[in-house]
Parts: sequence; structure tokens; C-alpha cells
Amino acid sequence: MLELKNISFSAEGENGKKEILKNINLKIEDGFSVITGPNGGGKSTLAKIIAGIIKPTSGQIFLDGEDITDLSITERAQKGVSFAFQQPVRFKGITVHDLISLAAGKQIGITEACDYLSQVGLCARDYINREVNASLSGGELKRIEIATVLARSTKISLFDEPEAGIDLWSFNSLIKVFEKMHNTLGGSIIIISHQERILNIADKIIVVSAGDIINEGKKEDILPELLGKSKAACKVLVDNMEGE
Amino acid sequence: MNNTELELLKIIADMDENVNGAFNIRANGDLAARNVTENINIVTKSDKSGIDIIIKPNTKNEKVHIPVIISETGLNDLVYNDFHIGENAEVEIVAGCGIHNCGGENSGHDGIHTFYVGKNAKIKYVEKHYGSGEGTGENTMNPTTVINIEEGGYMEMETTQIKGIDSTKRITTAKLGCDATLVIKEKLMTHGRQYAATDFTVDLNGENSSANVVSRSVAKDDSYQVFVSKINGNNVCSGHTECDAIIMDNAHVSAVPEITANHIDASLIHEAAIGKIAGEQLIKLMTLGLTEQEAEEQIVNGFLK
Repeated sequence: MLELKNISFSAEGENGKKEILKNINLKIEDGFSVITGPNGGGKSTLAKIIAGIIKPTSGQIFLDGEDITDLSITERAQKGVSFAFQQPVRFKGITVHDLISLAAGKQIGITEACDYLSQVGLCARDYINREVNASLSGGELKRIEIATVLARSTKISLFDEPEAGIDLWSFNSLIKVFEKMHNTLGGSIIIISHQERILNIADKIIVVSAGDIINEGKKEDILPELLGKSKAACKVLVDNMEGE
Repeated sequence: MNNTELELLKIIADMDENVNGAFNIRANGDLAARNVTENINIVTKSDKSGIDIIIKPNTKNEKVHIPVIISETGLNDLVYNDFHIGENAEVEIVAGCGIHNCGGENSGHDGIHTFYVGKNAKIKYVEKHYGSGEGTGENTMNPTTVINIEEGGYMEMETTQIKGIDSTKRITTAKLGCDATLVIKEKLMTHGRQYAATDFTVDLNGENSSANVVSRSVAKDDSYQVFVSKINGNNVCSGHTECDAIIMDNAHVSAVPEITANHIDASLIHEAAIGKIAGEQLIKLMTLGLTEQEAEEQIVNGFLK
């Protein structure tokens, strides 16, 4: 279980200090949690704080009761935190096979590596020896990024907007990946997403806005409320336009 | 041969005792072993130090190994090797030089390799430069490669210097005839206080000739690299040169691409990039459980693979 206690983060902006996260308290149990909310609300910052990429200004993070606040990215990864970047990183010379092997923590055979790629809907044979460089499209990189998290198969799997940069057709198959992951990958799966279809497979939904958790609970309770609000917002917009 | 020499052979030419085909091993300035085949002859030069490698026309799928190893400290070796590749031949040539310097004096090898690639011949030339040894003497290597490719000929040159060469000046010049193609892939790593200068000059003289010169390098510690690549388009031709360098620690890297079009239908491109390892690359690999140092090694090894 992952627990955040009184996590705050502020950064220097153009207009002085800006509070990006305000005293976040959150418990994430095993299962499928989706963090959602408006852009700029602090979701990605929260994910980076969990992975250790950003140090919180104050507060503590516990993994299965152990305080991991002061642990490095590497130490957290070794303790079982995996993180799929919103914008995957490119590497000249490192192949897809190399990267998946690094993720798995051992040299894995082609068959096993292909297995992970097939799970994210990539035709493995076409990709295994390709470099993780600019020759791959955004959608391809995104799937490979997800495959690295599958290969790690850790207690905490964190995905920052897996749908970003993926076209509609690829997105449909990506949803299947997450639906399947829900059944196969143990531990806590935490996804930052705006997509209704991803929210729909969540056990728990956490709504982050302006650096605060404004709502959290079971999907059954939160999702209708979120959808109702967005429909209401839409209606206001349509009414306004029609009124003009 | 002793174990050190055998190890050098393995590193620079991927050779062991069971090598097949034509070969010529030069050790500490003298001929150590030679084998010729029906199609590939190797002859010692009579006027100066070095050999002629003569490959008959239409020779297919053969390999020639011509490694040089130096394990004595204070030895400076200069050789002239000429390669005559007959028409339509398709061969691979593996050269390479390894120095193991345990002493306090400088050791060096200067190889001047001249290629005459015949009509429609296709060759792959691989050279590796490597130095080892605990001595304080410096290892230097100054390879010069002169390339002449006739009509329809193709040459791919892979030149690699991974470790242990304190000072190197690598000069390559090439002249291409009609429909000739040249591909050069350089990989270079310098560390400590090493110095490496690379200088490519390619003349695209023939109609529809083309060249692609690509260099990837990593400069660590206090090392210094200078990369110069000149392509002259003298006919209907296409040329591309690319230098991509990772800089680390207190190293210095200069990249000087120069393209000159002397013909209206010459199409030439140059690209050069120097930068440190991107922070996000390190972070990504660290999220996979690697330490920062391990991440750096993976990135460098991948880049030079």
C-alpha cells in the first residue's frame, strides 16, 4: 500500500512562489486507481513525487509502511515503484529489446520480450531490434513505455496519461491492454488520465484540482458525478452558444 | 604468441587460432603469421615496410584479416598496406591495431592503408583500435586511409576506437567514380587526457556517386576530440555527413562539417550535434532500477554500439 501524508510541493514561478500541491493525504490500496482532474492541477507532479523524480517540499511517503520519502529514484524503483512517463524518452543505440531487458532487470530472451510487446499491441518481430529513437512514432514509444512497466511487474505501477499522444485507433487497443492489466498485474495500478474509458475500469477515482484532492472514492460513486458535471458544463456552453 | 597478444587479436580482429581464410598478422614490427588463398594473395613490399593485398576479380564471400599488434614498449611501427580489389569482388577486410604497453616508453603504430576498389566491387572494411597496459608510456595511433572507388564500386568502412589510445590523428581521404558509394561509420571514445582528431575528405567526382559519413563519439574526463568532415560534390551526387557527440566531465569536442557543391546537381547535407547525456534519459533508466552510474554506462554503450 502507498500512503502520502501531508505532501506539499511549491516551486518558483514567474509571479513568485506557487503552491502546486497543498497538503495531500492519500492512501492507495492494491487495485486500480485513476487520478483525474483538470490540466495544471498537480497530477503529474504527484506522480513524479511518488516515483522520486521530484522531492516534496514537505510531507512523507510510505510504501507498505516504510518511509520512502528520502529514497532516490533508483532505490524506490528497486523497492517496487514503476513509472511510465507521459512523454517517453528516446535513446540512440538502445534497442527495444535492450530497454525491456533493463526493465526486467535481467537479459531476457526474444520470446519473452516479444510477449510484453504483444501485450501492448505491437507486432513484436517488427520492433524488437529497433532503436528507441526518433524513428518510432509517439504512439509506438508510448506502448514500449508501457511494456517496460509490464516487464518490471512491481507492487506499484504508475502511468502518467498513457492516452496522451495516441490516436483513436491505437487508443482502443490500449484500453484493452489496461483492462487485461487489471486482471494480470498485481499490486497497485495508478493511472493519471482524463479518459472516460480508463475511468470506467477504475476501482477507485481520485480527483485532483488546484493542488488539492477535491474528491475520492469508489468509481461507482465518483464517475457519475464527474460525468454529470462535465455534461452540465457542456450544456451551459451549448446554451450560451445558442443564446448568442 | 603469448596470451596478451592472443587477447589483443581477439579484441581488434575477432580472431582466434582457428581463423580461416587469408590473413597476415604483424607483431612488434615483424611478420608473425600469414595465410593466402586461391583468390587472395598477400605479398610483402620490397621498397618499404608493408604488404600488398591482392584480391582477384569476382572473389565472393571471403574475408581477410590483417591485424597489427604491439606488446613491446617503445616500439614505433610504420606500415604501408595497399589493397587491390578486383572487379566484382565481394569481400570483407578486417584490420585493427592493438597496443599493450606495460613500460614507460611510448609505443605507436602508423598505418597507411590505400584501397583501390575495382569496378562494381563491394567491400566492407572494419578496423578497430585499442590500447591496454599499465605502463606510463603513451599509446599513439595515426591511421591514414586513402580510398579510390571505381565505377559502381561500394565500400563500407567501420572504424572504431574504444579504449586506451592516448593520441590519434585519423585521416581518411576518398575519391569516388561514377555510381560509386562510400559509407563510413566511426565510433570513438576518449577518456583520461586523450586526444583524438578525425579528418575525413570525400571527393564525389563521378556522376551519381554518393557518400554517407557518420560519426558517433563519447568524450570523457579531460579528453579532447576534433572531428572534421569535408564532402566536395563535383558532379551529380549526394553526400551526407553527421557527427553526434556526447560530452562528459571536463572534455572538449569540436565538430567541423564542411560541404562544398561544385556542381548544380550536387545535393549535400551536414548535421552535427554535441551535448551531454539528457537528464531525462538518466531518470528513465533510474526508474527501471539502475543507479545513475549504471544508467550512464548503458547510454554510452548503446550510443557506441
